Amino acid sequence: MAETISSTEVVEQDNNLWSGGKPPMKASYGKLMMWYFLLSDAFTFAGFLIGYGALRFSMPNWPVPEKVFNKFPFTGEANLPLIFVTFMTFVLLASSFTMMRAVQEGHNENRKGVINWMLLTIIGGFTFLGCQAWEWTTLIAKEYTSIHVNPFGRMTEDGIFLNADGSEGEAFEAGYSYLIHNINAHEGGHGEEATADHGEAAVSHSHPGDYPDALIDEDGYIHRKFKVTSGVDAGQVKSAPFGPKAFGALFFFITGFHGFHVFSGVLFLTIILINVISGIYVARKNGYEMVEKIGLYWHFVDLVWVFVFLVYYLL
Amino acid sequence: MAHDHEAGKKLALKTILILGAITITEVLVALTGKGYIISGFHLAEAILAIIMIAMSAYKAYLIVFEFMHMRHEVKGLRFSVLLPMLLLVWAVIAFFSEGNHWLHNRDQIIQKNEQVPAVETIKPVGD
Repeated sequence: MAETISSTEVVEQDNNLWSGGKPPMKASYGKLMMWYFLLSDAFTFAGFLIGYGALRFSMPNWPVPEKVFNKFPFTGEANLPLIFVTFMTFVLLASSFTMMRAVQEGHNENRKGVINWMLLTIIGGFTFLGCQAWEWTTLIAKEYTSIHVNPFGRMTEDGIFLNADGSEGEAFEAGYSYLIHNINAHEGGHGEEATADHGEAAVSHSHPGDYPDALIDEDGYIHRKFKVTSGVDAGQVKSAPFGPKAFGALFFFITGFHGFHVFSGVLFLTIILINVISGIYVARKNGYEMVEKIGLYWHFVDLVWVFVFLVYYLL
Repeated sequence: MAHDHEAGKKLALKTILILGAITITEVLVALTGKGYIISGFHLAEAILAIIMIAMSAYKAYLIVFEFMHMRHEVKGLRFSVLLPMLLLVWAVIAFFSEGNHWLHNRDQIIQKNEQVPAVETIKPVGD
């Protein structure tokens, strides 16, 4: 803190910076190291996100994010692109705001204020984690995405879907987004209705096999058949392939790594909150610097989410 | 000190409101550009990407400089944390051009993949 350094000390420091005793960047050791830890963490996340970008650029059938992330709790199959992740973003931004307020109350040596704002921050963190759990559950349990299998894809040719009697049905163009449904997903009850936006046919088979309108593999994935109408393969009948495998692996890894940061952040916030309540920081009389340090970490988690939100959902 | 405190409160509120407004704008622009709000209206992907990246960069600036108080740190600390980030500019250029290269050489990649035992589980129908 600048105000704790008296003018004579500043002069001495200028004369002999290496004699120690004063922080060279006017930030304590812990705060400085938090900054450098966050710098290294930023590189880790940047590595993941840039790797994601390179792989996404390399595949013409990479899924379109707003077609994948279009579910919202309690609205069933309604098509609400990006609304839920926007909500998650707001939760995290709000928790960053409450964290900043906690740090400010700390500077003011207002213990009660720190406790209240930190509690709100922790609630925000848990809300975000809950939202992420819901999102993952939807992808894994309802849409059968895993790190090995990605049922979301895009057509790379024009074509016409085939009907159950082998006749030609709905036509589509290259770039068309689809979701490969799983027969097991329908056992839950709500049949094959809706999600027309994904181009679901009312494929009515319930056992693996080769049908005129779809190929259902051993794991129950329904690969709709279509006749190609453009390119070198025009006239051939194909079944819709899985989307790029890397999509699921990257999604679960990047959002999982971020979620792990949020989770550990919540843990540290809780520990520091307990310390605040116990009055340790009152005795230290350093403006609740520990709260400031965990605050830096928490804002960083929010910062990373800005970029995850950008490259995974918006673009 | 009390005056600073009031100013800080105001700053926090102002920052979060700006961040929220930018986020809403981002989502609206993304959905409009992709044809969800005005039917049949699409923006070029490159334009959309530039708008999104610019808005996110501004959000990042607000978080680092206001929320994380970087504005009030000394120059040395600011530069020692922010300058290394410039390395990422090269990483982005290098990896994205690499990805683009893969995209335009897919035939060759597929050909190479077929030389080793295939691990595909789905056999294409009609071959």
